[in-house]
Parts: sequence; C-alpha cells; structure tokens
Amino acid sequence: MTAITSSAASPRDYSLTGRDARLAVENGLSAAQWYHTDVPRKQMKELMQRSDQPAIRDTIIWLAAFVVSAAGAIWFWGSWWCVPFLFVYGTLYGSSTDSRWHECGHGTAFRTEWMNDAVYQFACFMIMRNPVTWRWSHTRHHTDTIIVGRDPEIAVMRPPDLLRVVLNFFGILDAWHAMVDMVRNAAGVISAAEKTFIPEQEQPKAIRVARIWLAIYLATIALALYLHSWLPLMLVGLPRLYGAWHHVMTGLLQHGGLADNVTDHRLNSRTVLMNPISRFIYWNMNYHVEHHMFPMVPYHALPKLHELIKHDLPTPTPSILAGYREMIPAFLRQLRNEDYFLKRALPPTAKPYREELHNDNPVAAAAE
Amino acid sequence: MSDWVEACAAGDIDEEDVMRFDHGGRTFAIYRSPEDEYFATDGLCTHEKVHLADGLVMDDIIECPKHNGRFNYKTGDARGAPVCVNLKTYPVKVDAGKVLIQVG
Repeated sequence: MTAITSSAASPRDYSLTGRDARLAVENGLSAAQWYHTDVPRKQMKELMQRSDQPAIRDTIIWLAAFVVSAAGAIWFWGSWWCVPFLFVYGTLYGSSTDSRWHECGHGTAFRTEWMNDAVYQFACFMIMRNPVTWRWSHTRHHTDTIIVGRDPEIAVMRPPDLLRVVLNFFGILDAWHAMVDMVRNAAGVISAAEKTFIPEQEQPKAIRVARIWLAIYLATIALALYLHSWLPLMLVGLPRLYGAWHHVMTGLLQHGGLADNVTDHRLNSRTVLMNPISRFIYWNMNYHVEHHMFPMVPYHALPKLHELIKHDLPTPTPSILAGYREMIPAFLRQLRNEDYFLKRALPPTAKPYREELHNDNPVAAAAE
Repeated sequence: MSDWVEACAAGDIDEEDVMRFDHGGRTFAIYRSPEDEYFATDGLCTHEKVHLADGLVMDDIIECPKHNGRFNYKTGDARGAPVCVNLKTYPVKVDAGKVLIQVG
C-alpha cells in the first residue's frame, strides 16, 4: 500500500449534472474500457454458471432468522429480553438486505428469474431503495465506478463528510433522504439527477413503487397509533436505522480511501477477508475487486474466482479491522488534502497498472 | 445485399455457448443452443456496446457481461432493465460443417 498525495487542483464536483460529469464524458473516463485479468473462457463459463440451490438454501436460513427474531421481539416486547431479538432482526432488515438487493439486482443470485425478482423487491423495500431507481444507479456504478460526476453511488466523497459517515451507521441521513425521495417520487416527480440514469420509459415504474411503499408506511403508522405502540414501527421502517450498522461497516470498505477517476478496479476497490457471519450477511461482496471485474460471477462463486485471479490483484485486506486501520487515517488526511489516496500495491505476479490510461487526470498523474 | 458469409466451423462453438465473429467492420455473436441449433445477433449489447460473446448463454438467453442485461438470442428480444432495445438477429444455416450467416 502506497499513500499518494498531490497538490492538484480544484475541488471535486460530484453532481451528476455538473462540471466533472461533463469532463468525464469529454476525456473518455466515462464508459471507458476497464482492466480485466485474463481468465480462460472455459473457466469463466464455469464460474458464471447460475444455480438456484445455494441462494435457496441461504434464503431459507435468512427468512427463518427473520421469523424467529421477529417472533422473539414481539413475544418479549416490553422487557429488555426483546433487545437481542431486535438486534438480530434489525441487522437482517437494515443490513443483509443491502447485499440481497445487490446480488438479485444483478440477477446472479438465483438461476430462476422470478426468484431474483421476488427477493430483489423484498430487499429493496427494507433497505429503502426504489427498485427502479437503484437498478439504474447501480448500472451506472458499474459503468463508471468511482468516476467523479458519473457514479451516483460514491459512499464517501472528498473531502470526506465524516459526520455523515457516522450518522449513516444509524441510517439517519440515508433513511431521511430515502423518505424524501419516496414522497417526491410518489408525487410524480423524478429529479434531474435521476433523469440522467433512469430511461424515460422506466420512470413511471419508479413512481408506482414509491406510491405502494408510501401506502405501506402510512398503514404501519396508523397501526402503531391504533395500538398505542412503537412495535409496528420497530418491525417496519425503523430497523433500517437501528440495523444499518453492518451494511455501512462493510460498504465503506468497498472503495473507501482508494483512488478515484481510474479505470482499473484494482486501484479503486478493496477485497477484504471476513468472518463467516459477515460473509453470510454480506453475501460475499467482500470480494469486491473480483465482483467489479466480473459482475457475472454469482456471489457463491466469488471465493473460487478470488483463488483463480489473486496473483493479479492486490493482497486482500486481512480483516474488517485492518480495513478501518488503513481507511480512517486516509479519510483524515483527505480532510486536509482531498487528492490524497491509498494506492494498492500489486504482487510481483500481477500485470502492472497501465498508468498511461490514467494520465489525463490529476489523481492518477500524482500516482506516478 | 443478402450474402451468406462463413462464420466458423460448427464445432468451434460449444453447446449453450456463444462466439464472436467480425466481418466487414461489424461484429456479430454466433450462438449454439442446448438443442444444437445455431443463431446470430449483433455482437454488441444495445445498452452500452459491450461484446456479448464474453457473456453467458443460459437456455435461449444471452446475458451481457457488463450489466447482466438479458436478451433472447433466438428473437433478439430485450428481457428488461438495463436493456431496453432489442438485438438485431440474422439468418443462420449450417452447411457442410460450416456455420453461415446472412449479414445483409
């Protein structure tokens, strides 16, 4: 790992309709050719193969954990014994749905299309991401990963807003923005930024979903008022706040502190080795360089893909804690110099970074 | 206008797989279905111009390797987001062990 600084230039403009968005298109950073490790077609075909079995198994366990933890929370509601059940329920609701939204959105979790769609809709509601809007925003994230002005899913912009990052461990700003967006969409309004990545014919679908969700939340609030109890809201809506911690903890590691405006996922994404519980919640998205390089590979095949191409990737970060030990100091440095980033070191067996691909932007130029 | 062009040998493509074929400055994708039939479409995804030959064939579906957009390669129909525009398809025949496509 090399720390890179630069005295370069003007602050980043993350607006999807702003200066850097225009520059990214003009200088070819948008919709660019990205680096891929060479993998023989036969092996890649095997890795890409879809199967219902692993995701059905995981989904049965997942739904059972939902039911048991919700039942425990309801049964013990009013005593402290409900807290561990709500902790589990909240983490499932506010964090594991992030990875289910993600994998089923790619259509890779199950082989059967309707199964992907069903889990996708269920997860989208819980993680509060409009299934239409976020399908298209994630498409853009894969086209223009961490390209300033183009990628709508940059979790930590530079200089980092650390208060926002901390608040999002409790889902506060994300849920607030999600609610505002839902009400706006339900009123039939698609924002200018959303229009940059949602095709016109898809926009009515986003509005229809927002209206359905708004009705569900209003019904839940009405039930809570009728019962004079917070319990309905503790099971629908609020878990997105008190259970968000795990998806934020793992999500920040995906790209935090690494390079922006480059076209090599080895430079802007991080693979982190994790414990099995986090990998179940996260559905193996800790293999994040591998996922971005080959998004066709289902979550259950990512460990195999990692073994196959690790000779060409930076050494994986050994733990979540190790990830934060390198990322937090980088965020603090970026407060003073937003061009600072962590450059991932490659093993001797890897193909070197093609610096000539990145010479048109100040950050990559600084890396030389 | 309606020339038949030799694309490859029939055995060059595995069953339930796809191969890229470039001709006259254009790029095509040639498919071999699980039923051992051959089909051809434009080679680039209508969403972001990625080569479909790097994608995955499942039954009668080709899935784009970049954003997982799905098409029916037999009809060219786009199967939903993020692909909204159908693929152009081309007639294919197998003659003396060679796969020919009508590129006109």
